[in-house]
Amino acid sequence: MNSFSYLNDLIIPGVIIIAQIMAVLMPVLISVAFLVYAERKVLALIQLRRGPNVVGPFGILQSFADALKLLTKENIVPANSNKIVFLLAPIITMVLSLAGWAVIPFAPNWVIADINVGIMYLFAVSSLGVYGIIMAGWASNSQYPFLGALRSAAQMVSYEVSIGFVIITVLLCVGSLNLSKIVEAQETVWFAIPLLPMFVVFFISALAETNRLPFDLPEDESTLVAGFFTEYSSASFVLFFLGEYASMILMSSMTVILFMGGWLPPFDIFPLNVVPGVIWFVIKVIFILFLFIWVRGTFPRYRYDQLMRLGWKIFLPLSLLWVVLTAGFLIVFDMVPNSL
Amino acid sequence: MYLYSITFYIFSLVAILSALMVISARNPVHSVLFLILSFVNASGLFVLLGAEFLAMILVVVYVGAVAVLFLFVVMMLDINFVKLREGFLQYLPFGALLGVVLIVELGILFLTKSFSENSLSLFVQSPQINEVENTKLIGQVLYTDYFYLFQISGLILLVAMVGSITLTLRDRGQVKRQNISSQNFIDAKNAIEKKKIKLGEGI
Repeated sequence: MNSFSYLNDLIIPGVIIIAQIMAVLMPVLISVAFLVYAERKVLALIQLRRGPNVVGPFGILQSFADALKLLTKENIVPANSNKIVFLLAPIITMVLSLAGWAVIPFAPNWVIADINVGIMYLFAVSSLGVYGIIMAGWASNSQYPFLGALRSAAQMVSYEVSIGFVIITVLLCVGSLNLSKIVEAQETVWFAIPLLPMFVVFFISALAETNRLPFDLPEDESTLVAGFFTEYSSASFVLFFLGEYASMILMSSMTVILFMGGWLPPFDIFPLNVVPGVIWFVIKVIFILFLFIWVRGTFPRYRYDQLMRLGWKIFLPLSLLWVVLTAGFLIVFDMVPNSL
Repeated sequence: MYLYSITFYIFSLVAILSALMVISARNPVHSVLFLILSFVNASGLFVLLGAEFLAMILVVVYVGAVAVLFLFVVMMLDINFVKLREGFLQYLPFGALLGVVLIVELGILFLTKSFSENSLSLFVQSPQINEVENTKLIGQVLYTDYFYLFQISGLILLVAMVGSITLTLRDRGQVKRQNISSQNFIDAKNAIEKKKIKLGEGI
């Protein structure tokens, strides 16, 4: 029990883990800033406007300016709110949206925690995201946030069911819950091709899970002011905002890993397979994020009963049927993965 | 190993403290939030035992779904906090009895020789990667040896589901419903009527 063993057992692994976490989270947080900029720019192009173009070249520093502005404002806590829960809610949202990154494999062996139940962990973390919203809505002690929170709770629970079935379909074809193995199983063909309907269901459920248009009913500004974060200002608003966009990128990475072959190039031929895996991963995530923004610029918002109908009456039976079909297909053609 | 013990004590301490807060918090919503904290810490303990699948299932099912709906209901209820406190002494003996029975059972389990010999210290190890996944092991046991029990539990859940639907499904009378298919089949031909209107008259 000398100081040397402490150094080997605690300090060196601790420093390495913290360095790894920083190496993942810093790019994620910076990419959130550029995602907000990209969203405003793409929406502007869709609507024939210019978008942000003043701060920095092409307005590229706009998000940083907005963040600084918000952080220097006063943080207002409503007098009748439940103060601890009110301040805890944005922190929980932020932490949960960052916690999922621990298991994301960016390239072969580029992962902080290569755990056996990686996909379950991601599913668990993304399903916890609703707590930040419910707590915010309840603690604000105000009608609009409360309605937003109730909508969010019902919405997330209904879409998680079909996300779960979609994940099961993919797992049937892989035979493992490890995210790296899920990517490796797509070397012959990306799952987006044989499981195309599930890819579409997953993408639409991801929109609902991250409260993005056309399913952003928890923050529906035309009926609920700003939904669950009506009462939030300054730094706590920034945390919600960062959390929402970070979970958007997380869900996009999940889509890429499950259906678009993660770090794998589209074809294993010469000019494509010399590009490092992490670059393919980033390109695919950017593509999915572009789809998120494109959908926002194109479709009108769903009404609440339409949203529930889509989740329970269409996606749930469809994904359940597809689980049965996939299982049957794998058994009949003797394609059940060996590791199962 | 230090790190392991530290995390174990943190998880168990927070789990026990939040379990105490569940029954002592004044506000029912706070109680549910502490219950969730307790669940999350219990799943942390599962991870330390190497039961990563159970840990994740605990979070997904209990925290992600059951507790959300529970919180939903508790938030919506208009609860009289004073009235809730009144029955405390009345229920105390029964609760205490349950607690004592549980402690005695656990004591019997841990103090008997056969169990303490292959005690938890054998199982205590941080989860190893690339060993046989316990997801696979659970599957191998659940779908072979315990297949009928598995099916029966599924049937029980089905019965519970049918029961709760029949209890809540009632004809509310005049509810306006949207007929989705008729809505979807609307196009310019059957939705728009053309009329010739004379100048200066209107319809």
